[in-house]
Amino acid sequence: MEEREVVVEVKDLVKDFGDRTVLNGIDLKVYRGETLVIMGGSGCGKSTLLRHMIGNIKPTSGRVELLGEDITDRYDAELDNVRKKIGMSFQSSALFDSMTVAENVSLPLKEHTNLEQSVIDIMITMKLELVGLRGFEDLLPSELSGGMRKRVGLARAIAMDPQIVFYDEPTAGLDPIVASVVDKLIKDLSEKLSITSVVVTHDMKSVFAIANRVAMLYQGKVLEVGTCEEIKNSKNPMVQQFISGSFDGPIHFFQQKDDYLEDLTK
Amino acid sequence: MNNPISSIGKTILTLGGHISGVLSLFYNTLYWVIIGPIKGKASSRQSIFEQMVFVGVQSLVIVFFISLFTGIVIAMQSAYQLNQLGAVIFVAPMVSISMARELGPVFAALVVAGRVGSAIAAELGTMKVSEQIEALETLALDPVRFLVVPRFLALIIMLPCLTIMADIVGVLGGMIVGVTQLDINIYRYTSFSFDMMTFKDIWTGLIKSVVFGASIAMVACYVGLGTRGGAEGVGKSTTLSVVISFILIVLFDCIITGIFFFSNV
Repeated sequence: MEEREVVVEVKDLVKDFGDRTVLNGIDLKVYRGETLVIMGGSGCGKSTLLRHMIGNIKPTSGRVELLGEDITDRYDAELDNVRKKIGMSFQSSALFDSMTVAENVSLPLKEHTNLEQSVIDIMITMKLELVGLRGFEDLLPSELSGGMRKRVGLARAIAMDPQIVFYDEPTAGLDPIVASVVDKLIKDLSEKLSITSVVVTHDMKSVFAIANRVAMLYQGKVLEVGTCEEIKNSKNPMVQQFISGSFDGPIHFFQQKDDYLEDLTK
Repeated sequence: MNNPISSIGKTILTLGGHISGVLSLFYNTLYWVIIGPIKGKASSRQSIFEQMVFVGVQSLVIVFFISLFTGIVIAMQSAYQLNQLGAVIFVAPMVSISMARELGPVFAALVVAGRVGSAIAAELGTMKVSEQIEALETLALDPVRFLVVPRFLALIIMLPCLTIMADIVGVLGGMIVGVTQLDINIYRYTSFSFDMMTFKDIWTGLIKSVVFGASIAMVACYVGLGTRGGAEGVGKSTTLSVVISFILIVLFDCIITGIFFFSNV
């Protein structure tokens, strides 16, 4: 395999929230042009990891590099330059309630570029066309369905033609058909616009639909990283349990019988 | 952990943290108000204007209502006392001066803190819990420049305007009592209202209202942007912003009045 450019690098990342260690020594690289999916159970720190990658959360220890720049110790305005080169699609879409669809998508363009309004209008139309929402420009986010809002959020994330797009649970809360539409959209965006994508999800169906590489996170550590095939054929029982979604396996939701007894009679 | 001294210490530390948080937000806001336009990154005029309409125009009716009745009440209460001295005519300056120096700015500020401060805290709080604030940051847009500055400017511009309105309507309220119940001639009442008043009475009141406006904006924005924990958190922030604003308004009122009283400006 030829040497590819690393666009995001996470080195030995540790994050504590109070006494609880959420991320415990994460090492991860994202290469240019690929789609990396970070999967794992609820509360295993996937979203936290994603927020570290874009500098919204600062690690307890470890380094984060984004597009070749060390962003670990950078705050607010110092991050602006690198933030203009990335896009983020939020779990709850995070559209601005008081603005129409068109205003939401055009906001970064209006604020960061000196383009004429007519040019911006054309760009908005193009971005909305990409996500299949042309003609919805003048609606407010409250007038849209969940799936449409997700897609508008996506259009806003790619408004500035970013090099990397980060997706936080892009298919959570959507019905299976809309979920596959969104999956296809992510795939199209990365192929047509050659955008690097980092996707956080626990939806196994979309993992193998969009991923070039998959990283499995468990209890704040990277359990395994590999291509879809490697992950599917993984010998690790925890990975297998997660893929099949079965109740029995090494990952326990409930305490073992003996532990439980001890806990109760303590 | 439960000993009283450590809990007092903890409370003081938390309070200190919040005070420094509000002050740093204030510093950031001033930075964007002053440096922003120089760097060509001024807040959008449209959003400032929208906020001014919300803060000012839409508060007019309730401010009118409250100051009218305040004026009437002061007139009646002071007439009761001044009547015994045979100086009923002094009801006029009593109403106008107390409205201008004290009641106009304070009541307008209380109305705005309740109506606008709570709305700001709720709006920013909702934006915070629904990831919209984080989305702004990720789009490389500063929430302070984008959300706080328009609200701050709207409040420090519109609250003095509301105060002037409150002063005038309060005097009118007093005049209603004076003319209809105390048999004071309307021209005499008017001239007495304004002759006894100095320019200082008005501008000290307006300085107060600027300070009140700034504190309402800072408290509401700070509390709103610090919201945590979903819908319940938004509710808490809303209440908190009103309570703290009220306390600060009365506190700053006392301090500013004290400064003018003792410095004899």
